[in-house]
Order: sequence, then C-alpha cells, then structure tokens
Amino acid sequence: MADNIALKAVNDGDTSLQKGAVSGPAGPKPRPVVSARNIIVYGTLFVAAVYYLIPLYVMVVTSLKGMPEIRLGNIFAPPMEITFEPWVKAWATACTGLNCDGLSRGFWNSVRITVPSVIVSIAIASVNGYALANWRFKGSEFFFSVLIIGAFIPYQVMIYPIVIILREIGIYGSLTGLIIVHSIFGMPILTLLFRNYFVSLPEELFKAARVDGAGFWQIFLQIMLPMSLPIFVVAMILQVTGIWNDFLFGVVFTRPDTYPMTVQLNNIVNSVQGVKEYNVNMAATILTGLVPLVVYFVSGRLFVRGIAAGAVKG
Amino acid sequence: MTGQAKAGRPFKLFRNLNSKIASIPMILTAMVIFLGGTVWTVVYSFTNSKLLPRLNFVGIEQYQRLWAAPRWVVSIENLAIYGILSLIFSLVIGFMLAALMDQKIRFENTFRTIFLYPFALSFIVTGLVWQWILNPEFGVQAVVRSLGWTSFSFDPLYTSEIVIYGVLIAALWQGTGLVMCLMLAGLRGIDEDIWKASRVDGIPMWRTYLFVVIPMMRPVFITTLVIIASGIVKVYDLVVAQTSGGPGISSEVPAKYVYDYMFQAQNLGQGFAASTMMLVTVAIIIVPWAYLEFGGGRKRG
Repeated sequence: MADNIALKAVNDGDTSLQKGAVSGPAGPKPRPVVSARNIIVYGTLFVAAVYYLIPLYVMVVTSLKGMPEIRLGNIFAPPMEITFEPWVKAWATACTGLNCDGLSRGFWNSVRITVPSVIVSIAIASVNGYALANWRFKGSEFFFSVLIIGAFIPYQVMIYPIVIILREIGIYGSLTGLIIVHSIFGMPILTLLFRNYFVSLPEELFKAARVDGAGFWQIFLQIMLPMSLPIFVVAMILQVTGIWNDFLFGVVFTRPDTYPMTVQLNNIVNSVQGVKEYNVNMAATILTGLVPLVVYFVSGRLFVRGIAAGAVKG
Repeated sequence: MTGQAKAGRPFKLFRNLNSKIASIPMILTAMVIFLGGTVWTVVYSFTNSKLLPRLNFVGIEQYQRLWAAPRWVVSIENLAIYGILSLIFSLVIGFMLAALMDQKIRFENTFRTIFLYPFALSFIVTGLVWQWILNPEFGVQAVVRSLGWTSFSFDPLYTSEIVIYGVLIAALWQGTGLVMCLMLAGLRGIDEDIWKASRVDGIPMWRTYLFVVIPMMRPVFITTLVIIASGIVKVYDLVVAQTSGGPGISSEVPAKYVYDYMFQAQNLGQGFAASTMMLVTVAIIIVPWAYLEFGGGRKRG
C-alpha cells in the first residue's frame, strides 16, 4: 500500500514504541479512520461475512414461513407471518419411510451415541497419550506411528473389515458397535492431542512423583488429570462436534430405528415421496445443526484451538 | 522411564505392564483395524466377492471392470475437478481472508466467528442448505429472475455439466473458515521485523506477501494442503445430501461408489477395488509429503 510508505516516513521516529504492539503486517497505528485502505479491508470482510451468513439467515427465515408464503415469495425475504409450526412438525411428526415421529428420535439416538462415544474415546486416548508420553515401552512409538498413518487412510477402506468383526462379535447394528467405531476413529487425533500435551508438561513433575513412589495410575489420576482440564475440554469439543456431525458411520453401523440425527435428517429431506415441505426441512436442518453450533458459540476460542490441534495431525 | 522396577523381573514382557495395558486399545486399533483392515480390503479387491467376501482370486478383473464403468470414470473426473478447484479456491480465499484479518482490524473476533461457524456444521446440513438456496424454483435463480432479469439461469444442481460446481460452492462455504484460521495462525507467526524491514525498503505490501511472507509460510501451506486434500478424497456426505449423485450420475464421487457397491449393490469386489483406488489416491498425496517432511528426518524426530 502506498500510504503505508508515506506514513512510515512520518512515524519512523516512534517505531520503537511499536515494538511491544500486537504483531501484524499493518503500518504504524495512528491513521485516519476513513481511508481507502480501511474501506477496502472492511468492505471485503463485510461482503465475505454476508456470504457466510446468508445460508444461516435463509435457513431461519424459511423455517419460520408457511408453505404458501414460500411458494409465492423469494427465499431471502423475511417472513410476513411468523409460524413455529414447521419446527413442531420437524421435531415431532416428520416422516422417514414408515416412521412418523419426527427428528426427536434421531436426536435422542444421537445423544445416546455421542455421550458414551465421547467419554469412551477420551478415556482411552488420554490414558494412552499419557502412557506414550511418560511410560514408553519398546515398540510404543511404532504402534503410535501406525496409528497416525492410519488416520489418513480413507474410512471406506477399513469399513468392511470392521463390519465383519462387529458381526462376529454380535454387535453389528447396535449402538455399542457404533460407539466402538467412533472410539476407534477418534483415537489417532485424540491420542496425538493428549500425548503432545503430556509431553509438554515439565518432566520434573513426573520424576518427583515417581521418586515419591507413585505408580502409573496414581500419577495419572492425581497429578496429570487435574493439570490437563483445558486439553480435555478441547478434546470434548472436537469429539462432540465430530461425532454429532458424522453421517457415514451412522448409516453403515446402525439400523433405521437407531439412526443418528444426521442420517434421519437426510432421509426426511431427501425422501422422494410426498410434497416437499421446505419450511419443515429447514427447521429440521437447523435442529440438527443446533448442537454443534451451540458448542461452537459457547466454546469460542477453545473451538479454534481444538480444530487447530485437529489440524496438525500427521 | 523405560520400566517399572520390579523385584526379580520375571518376564521382560511384564515390565511397565500398566502402560502396555493402557496401550492395548491403540495397538489393536493400529494393527488390527488400520493395518489389518487395509491389507484385508486390498487382498479381497482381487477376488470376485459378491454378496459375501470369498477368497476366489480373479487377478485384476475387478479393477478392469471398475475403470470400464462410466460411473467410476465420472466419479474420478468429478473428484479431480472438485479437488483441484477446492484446493485452489480454499487456499486463495482462506489466505486472503487471513491477510485481511491480520491488518489489526477491529471486530476481529466477530469476523472470525462468522467465517468459522459453517465448519461446525455437518456436511449433511451444509448440503441441504445449499440444495435449498440453489433450488431453481425458489432459490437464487428465481430471486434474480423476479428482479427483472428473466433470462438469468443459474441452476447447478439440475444441470449435469455444472453440478459439481454447485457442490463446490457449498464445500467452500463450509471449509474456507478452517483454512483462514490456519493461515491466520501462520501469519501471526511471521516476525514483525520482516514487515518493518520491507517497509523500510519501500516494498509494496502485496509484494511482501507474495515474495517474502508466503515462502516463509511454506510449512503452514503444506500442512493445510494435506488436510484439505485428504478431506477431498473422503467427500461423501456432502454429495449424498446435496445431490444424491444426480442428476443421473453426474455428481457421483468415489466414496459414494464404494458405499453403494458395498452396502447396496452387494458387489463387494467392486467396492473393495474402488476403496483400494481411494487408498492409492491418498497415498499419492501423502507419501511425497511425508517424504519431504519426515524423510531423513531421523535427526529432527
């Protein structure tokens, strides 16, 4: 930017003041509020923000309209008459095939899948990460490498062998089976997350506990756990949104009466029979997206940390 | 920290026993599911399994049939178009948003929240919303037409030539926030002195970005690239929700082919062969990257 250079000349004298300032590419701080640069920056960001917000807006607006109004008007117009009927219908009476008890069943199925899956996967991965960080044994790093490489293998490659294994054990199609599957596929990233966290803790802490005679579980439960609350929260955010949003495992490993919410939502909206009720569909879509959205808005910065942690896999 | 000291030490195997017990789930997952499952699928892709997996080897017949199937070829073409475009666009858009966010702007948190919220939503929700917005009767096309431009035509979901771009729009909406976040973290890692130096030298900002900052952010770009790429190969739910592969077969993707042949058409051999091809695709992306990052990285490790 040209004006940067000009400003630089003016403010060169006080760059020392800027040393401690927030890092970033922008020029010295004092500058007019309305400048060509600001208009471009905020203008572009604003347009982008509108693009990102439109789908949410359209979802909400559509779900509050009646069908006649949808047929007449355009999808961006706010509702003339607000009705909550689509929401009630989506929750309680929308049909998938022969079942007409709405999304509520899928919601409770998803709860019954997500809660145990999150607990089991985090329990396994945290203990495992701790073992890998502090109690290495011969071959532990090798198994860990295989686990991490496995995170990149498309699920489709491993799905059928899992189907066979679960069928042999006799839990194929049950929620238990799906919970196991979620724990398996959550393992690489969670183990990496916990391992890296425990490695970053000061080693003296562990050594001191060892000298005092504490064992594997004692150190974990009494020293490591209380210190690692933030990383548990990050793992929970990662898992709750991931498992809630899952579709593939739900459709492969459950039966129609135990389908999670995403699968049921897709069946409701994309069913070929009947008149399309767009307002009900959109209400159902929002309902399904609500849980991860609430997690997202409540957790804020931790969510970003979670996905950043999830992103560094490999 | 290799072992729990035990009097006598009866077996080497029992040393550090608790840690080994704690690692059993990981060992089983890594060896049985990830390694074993993959090998199993690859082996059975050379058989003529139909309804049930059988060890009746037929060589590469399944692969010949796979590549002769129009639906698979369309899937691969779609994956290539979708993959290349979504890589380019999400990197460019993500980087540009990150660069804008890095201008010491106000309301940074608000903007970040807005750009990232779609990433919290599932592909099913994303697909269904965009299916509605791109609906030709009520969506964008109808709205623009009602404003007076009656010949306006934008109907990606029902036009087989451009349907994959409709999917792309939805995917970019969902995923660019993540790229933006990763890029922003990368930009924040750039030393402030770099910017000062380039200002002193009077280098325009865009040149600093292009020739100094982006090369410095190479590791961030590569990591992002790998994340996006391995996500692209797996794309499945989005297509199922948004188009169900239609119109006809024009928005099919490999992951959907695998699922349909394994669980609907009861033609396991085809499903295994197709999933093995997916594995090969991922390997083509991952292996060179892993080699660059970790090859000879024993010292760093």
